[in-house]
Amino acid sequence: MNRKVMDLWVGIFVVIGFAAVLFLALKVSNFSASSFATTYEVTAKFDNIGGLKVRGPVKSAGVVVGRVSAIRFDPQTYEAHVVLKIDSQYQFPRDTFASILTSGLLGEQYIGLDAGGDETMIPAGGTIAKTQSAIVLEKLISQFLFNKASEGKKDARAE
Amino acid sequence: MNMLERFFRVIGSNTINRVWRLGFAARFFIALLAHSGETFRRPRLLLRELYASGVLSLIIILVSGLFVGLVLGLQGYDTLQRYGSSEALGILVALSLVRELGPVVAGLLFASRAGSSITAEVGLMKATEQLTAMDMMAVNPLARIIAPRFWGGVLSMPVLAALFTAAGIFGGWLIGVVFIGVDEGAFWAQMQANVNFVDDVCNGIIKSIVFGVAVSLIAVFEGFDAVPTAEGVSRAITRTVVTSALAILALDFVLTSFMFRGL
Repeated sequence: MNRKVMDLWVGIFVVIGFAAVLFLALKVSNFSASSFATTYEVTAKFDNIGGLKVRGPVKSAGVVVGRVSAIRFDPQTYEAHVVLKIDSQYQFPRDTFASILTSGLLGEQYIGLDAGGDETMIPAGGTIAKTQSAIVLEKLISQFLFNKASEGKKDARAE
Repeated sequence: MNMLERFFRVIGSNTINRVWRLGFAARFFIALLAHSGETFRRPRLLLRELYASGVLSLIIILVSGLFVGLVLGLQGYDTLQRYGSSEALGILVALSLVRELGPVVAGLLFASRAGSSITAEVGLMKATEQLTAMDMMAVNPLARIIAPRFWGGVLSMPVLAALFTAAGIFGGWLIGVVFIGVDEGAFWAQMQANVNFVDDVCNGIIKSIVFGVAVSLIAVFEGFDAVPTAEGVSRAITRTVVTSALAILALDFVLTSFMFRGL
């Protein structure tokens, strides 16, 4: 085969190979979304994190503003320390409320940030004081059953 | 008694033979790396091998990838829609291709398409004493013949695996979105949200590089070590395909157990 033609084919091979890797990086995986330019870390303490995982999203008003970077257990206070990496273009007030929410009925868990009204912002490395733990389905059901049972008693007394 | 003795003798000699071949292969690999400099100083040699093992494998890789993706789309949809989560089809197709099927099936196809032809070429050169003739002319066959073929295979394997994966995802999209009618936005959005570039795509690429090294090394070694007769070369080709397939599947298990532990 002619050398020029062979070079051309190898060139085409390399180009479509790069195109395939680019497609895998940009269209198939979250390469563009996961790499925030600069981030700062904030710690939040939860009584129960449920099924939250490292790399889970941190959302405010439904928009992804950061990711969970580490989860630790504190043996002194028996709480979970969750380290959040938040995009530095977003600042949150000191009295921001962090809660663990679930997307969909059985979907993945994420941290929702509800901004407060404080005028000072959370500094880098700061902590979020107000948190709400994950809702554990079993606890919710048993609570509901207890309430029903006590309602039943009240009704019985009233009669 | 005599038969029993012979039985153990055969087992023993086979074992020693295999260990000897393994040692020879390791020595061959080191010598091959030591003589690789010329391959990169003379890109013309490398280009020819990239054409032979990369470009000529394109059609089989792309078509197989497309069909694997089509089947994944059909089977995945059939299972997922029983649980009412057919939007997760994108995740299923993308993760199974990026992590496993892409590198492994592309590696198996590469071994049977390019690996066997490398073995045949090198083995025939040995049988017709071309390698000896080169040695007589003070041209090192390791640098001139073996190393370019090895590096051509190593460099084209990751590219082929990426193309296989991309073609497969296109096939899954074709079945899921175009023919069955899964929501296109959910298909891509769920895929992007659940496929991680470093953990999934990069690990898949690492796998394909490892498979490329393994298959190319097996192919050139079997060719170089072939018994220089017609029968010997045909046996060497068979051994290349069988050993490569086993090596790919075994290495895949080892790499997977390092990379994906479910965290």
